[in-house]
Amino acid sequence: MGKPTFQRKAEVIGVGREGELLEVAMGPQHPSTHGVFRMDVVLDGETIVKLKPVFGYLHRNHEKIAENTSYLASMPYTDRLDYFCSLTNNWAYALSVEKLAGLQVPERAEYIRLITAELTRLLNHTCLAGFLLQDMGALGTPLMYAFREREKILDLIESLTGARMMCNYMRFGGCRCDLPPGWVDAAKKVVAEYSKFLDEFETLLSGNEILMARTQGVGKLSAELAVSAGVTGPMLRASGVDYDLRKVDAYGIYARYPFRIPLGTHGDVYDRYMVRMLEMRESLKILEPALKDIPEGPVVDPKAKLRGFRPKPGEAYGRIEGPKGELGFYLISDGSPNPYRYRVRPPSLINLTVLEDMCLGQTVADAIVSLGSVDIVLGEVDR
Amino acid sequence: MLGTGILKGMVETAKNFAGSYHDPERLTTVEYPEQRIAPKENARQFPMLIHDTEDPMKGLRCVACQICEKECPPQCIYIVKSKDKRADYKGQMQFYPATFDIDISVCMSCQICVEVCPFESIKMDTEFELSNTDRFGGLLIHKEQLAKSNEHYRKIHPADAAASDAVLAAEVAKAQAKAKADAEAKAAKAAAEAKAKADAAVAGPVPAPATSTAPQPTSPPAAPAA
Repeated sequence: MGKPTFQRKAEVIGVGREGELLEVAMGPQHPSTHGVFRMDVVLDGETIVKLKPVFGYLHRNHEKIAENTSYLASMPYTDRLDYFCSLTNNWAYALSVEKLAGLQVPERAEYIRLITAELTRLLNHTCLAGFLLQDMGALGTPLMYAFREREKILDLIESLTGARMMCNYMRFGGCRCDLPPGWVDAAKKVVAEYSKFLDEFETLLSGNEILMARTQGVGKLSAELAVSAGVTGPMLRASGVDYDLRKVDAYGIYARYPFRIPLGTHGDVYDRYMVRMLEMRESLKILEPALKDIPEGPVVDPKAKLRGFRPKPGEAYGRIEGPKGELGFYLISDGSPNPYRYRVRPPSLINLTVLEDMCLGQTVADAIVSLGSVDIVLGEVDR
Repeated sequence: MLGTGILKGMVETAKNFAGSYHDPERLTTVEYPEQRIAPKENARQFPMLIHDTEDPMKGLRCVACQICEKECPPQCIYIVKSKDKRADYKGQMQFYPATFDIDISVCMSCQICVEVCPFESIKMDTEFELSNTDRFGGLLIHKEQLAKSNEHYRKIHPADAAASDAVLAAEVAKAQAKAKADAEAKAAKAAAEAKAKADAAVAGPVPAPATSTAPQPTSPPAAPAA
């Protein structure tokens, strides 16, 4: 296969019509941009001929701060990357430090990590569906239903970690604390009822003609472009590329549980929505047996220490399949208590790079829906 | 048929609407501030300093070791160590914090100070209604406001407090055992020395000065009522 080229047609990008075009800055205070994000769009009537994503409004210097502080002190900052999925962020960071320092994670901690990560995936995809519908103008109902269910998972997470969103739960070589009494039963109850909610949600949405009209054939992303741009996560799978790090890397204990990877065929917004819906059902298939199998034991490697943690010089890249895509942390250690280099590979940012290709030739309203289906969190895009 | 999907969805919302009138499970919100959900056992908001005695300032467990100040990710803790020492719960002489401030406008409730504290002295409170009209001074919390009794800690985090009390009781028992062993060893050593001297006085030509009585074994320091 030769190197793919992505030429844009002259009529799509408005060549020769410069005088009739209108440039509009959508955002950073636009309600549909999911945070402080700006799209500089050039419009021909209502058709988009050019789109430039502008971000950095929420830049917090995360990587540089992490290079000037201890390894442990960066852990609560990772919560603030993608603040919907702090537990998976914790896991990705813990994984890369564990690779660097050669720590072993006890069996029980691996189970807790898997369970919390899949709960986070449920939570993220549910909310995303709600937000996507909000972007389409379904004001309230789907989002409120999604938030009602999210609340149940947040209650579980709160009783485990002490915080609803900023969990700061994982530690190098395990987890901070053990499950509180009765937690597994409560989680089993939530997981058992979740498929009922998914049925309800899908009856409400998946067959809805308005939703189909707004999403099918909108924001198409070809598999070639998605692969070339490094897009990962549900967005890549909606374009029909079978790539899921849970299968590819089989990190943690994912190899023990059979689950399928839903794939789209068209790569449009509807496929992205459906892939996420189906992924949630697969997550439930992982959660149910995992909650039954969870063994007793310690939750942290006895070799791991909180203070004075100095991994030997070297480098490591730890990555996981976050709800939004491949979340990776690249660390270089020079043997000091601070990392020499700390780099985050944020799925939201890299998935956002193909936004222009998805939106060209479509209307402004479609651009909003396409952006909604990328599933970005600006905390992670800007870091 | 076009429109069936919409109708099905409407039936779903109607079910939810009607359900919320007779099924209490469907009512997912509470009327804050009249109604409140009890905080979870693990819930954490902002740090507090635990004290054991009636006077909060005298009984703070904190020994101003400044580990939390160093480890705090957003660097929101400010500690000044005291010049003098005072007895801690084990009767050991320790420094205490002359100043202990936490800027809760910077604090991100990450609980790392609690994890790194070797003295069980800083714990997380569950108080969250801390809004203030003074955005600078009002959010800088001093040790007087940070000090909370161990009873309060037991009330909000029963399991954690029990574990922490056990750790402290073990420390006290260890300190007492060590003090007792030390005192016994000292007494034995003193007796042996006195005997040696007395022997030397009897045997040697030089008259030894009169040996003083063996030093009294020091009594182990009394532990505070836990």
